[in-house]
Amino acid sequence: MRELLNATGEHLLIVFFSMVAASAIAIALGVLAYWKRRLGSVIIALAEIVQTIPSLALLALLMIVFGLGDVTMGIALILYALLPIIRNTHTALIELPPHLIDAARGVGMSRAQRLAKVEIPLCIPMILGGIKVALVNSLSIAVMGVLIGSGGLGYIIYRGIQQRNMGRILIGAIPVVVIALFFDWAMRRLERRLFRHTS
Amino acid sequence: MIEFRNVTKRYGAVTVLDDVSFTIPSGQFAVVIGPSGCGKTTTLRTINRLIEPQPGTVFIDGEDVMDQDPVQLRRRIGYVIQQIGLFPNMTVEENISVVPKLLKYPKDACATITHELLTLVDMPYEAYAHKYPSELSGGQQQRIGVLRALAASPPIVLMDEPFGALDPVTRESLQEEIKRIQRKLKKTIVFVTHDMDEALRLADVIIFMDGGKILQMATPEEMLHKPQAPIIKSFLGRHIEESGAKEGMKAQEFMKRRVHTVLESAKTLESIERMRKREVNSLVVVDDDDHYLGTVSIETIKAKGKAGRAIGEYIDTTTLTVNRHDDAKEALDKLLASTQNYVIVLNDDRTVAGIITRTSTAKAMGQALWGEIES
Repeated sequence: MRELLNATGEHLLIVFFSMVAASAIAIALGVLAYWKRRLGSVIIALAEIVQTIPSLALLALLMIVFGLGDVTMGIALILYALLPIIRNTHTALIELPPHLIDAARGVGMSRAQRLAKVEIPLCIPMILGGIKVALVNSLSIAVMGVLIGSGGLGYIIYRGIQQRNMGRILIGAIPVVVIALFFDWAMRRLERRLFRHTS
Repeated sequence: MIEFRNVTKRYGAVTVLDDVSFTIPSGQFAVVIGPSGCGKTTTLRTINRLIEPQPGTVFIDGEDVMDQDPVQLRRRIGYVIQQIGLFPNMTVEENISVVPKLLKYPKDACATITHELLTLVDMPYEAYAHKYPSELSGGQQQRIGVLRALAASPPIVLMDEPFGALDPVTRESLQEEIKRIQRKLKKTIVFVTHDMDEALRLADVIIFMDGGKILQMATPEEMLHKPQAPIIKSFLGRHIEESGAKEGMKAQEFMKRRVHTVLESAKTLESIERMRKREVNSLVVVDDDDHYLGTVSIETIKAKGKAGRAIGEYIDTTTLTVNRHDDAKEALDKLLASTQNYVIVLNDDRTVAGIITRTSTAKAMGQALWGEIES
């Protein structure tokens, strides 16, 4: 039991820190893509390529550069989380009604003020949607951490596999599913609350 | 004061503004009107540099807008658009105080401004300040849109078809409000519309544009009287007809042609007999050459008439007359001011052309309003 709680805690911590970092990087890249159209298509193409690399291969590649441990796992999670967040941020920004941008320019907001006061606030529900997808993905990808010497629920599952113990495997797997479902539900509620005034 | 000096704007091969020059003095309500794509919105957006003139120069109070920082410039010019453009993530109060906040007014100054402005449009602060735009009706939203433009007391306010998307009743009340506000706060307003009603109602001066050029810049009255291009005439359409009706209608259009006349030499009994047959109580008396002499009524003959005498002796010459080419309004004024029931309409040679009675007037007006009426 104690082992399970420890593993769950580790799992959540790795995912949490990776998501915070990924959100910051991805939103910044999404804004950049919105401001610089041509650079934007390059950024999104790169994120898409990263997404297509199988997680085992990516982990192996990262392990060569960064060695074993939590940091390598975190970097992998960040890389996988980029695409959904960048894409949602970028789409939300370019789909803002043009008259709102016109109004924001017309009242005398600079580009940064437009972003901070109008554009980002209006895009938050959609950006959260991207973060939700990334988060749920990360929870399951983080299971792979056991292969590169990182902790988490993957460790319990891996031990179960080695001992051909179905019960152990489930003890590791079920929390992953439950946590993923919980975050999915919680984020959905948050989105809905935020959508109230912006739609 | 806003001055355009030879302003041109091209997008590729398309010329949107073609060497436009004009001056709008301070405190004027200028309405820019024209068909879609005439360059009216471009003209407006050139004033606050949302579009940059090239070549050409726009001066505000003598200063070239290109010499000013566009962001700072726009904070000093109010801007209202058709789609309203309230920020949906901000409350009414936050929307109104957007520009004062950008200009770093102290917090309590922003609150005072919001209070005052909401009072100006009869939307109590307590009831509305903390609502979101999505909780307001279209008319209320555009009121807030106008207030946002006024919040930092800019001397100039630009309005791009601000009431175009509203229902007619709301539009009219907002038009009245904006005119009242403009007079009260002495703003220079540049207002774009394609609705001539709106232009005539609001404008001190109308700028009519087509194909990127100004066809005419004049006061509403002058434009109504002397539209300088066929397209302006067609825009004015209804209004020209209306004003034409007021001036153009002649007495002859109101008259009844069938007039019961009698020669002055006719005898009294004969005249009474004729009136009885025609069911009228007076006759128009003419001489042998059909010239008008006066009228004779059955009452006069009954009171004073003697059998066998010519009716020439009993003529009433005080009956009202007008020339058939006189203004219809004059004839009607005469008729309404007197106790008589009719006015005789004469030709230029003083022969009788017709008669305007109270009944024929009503009929003629009915026809003018609803077309041919069966009698």
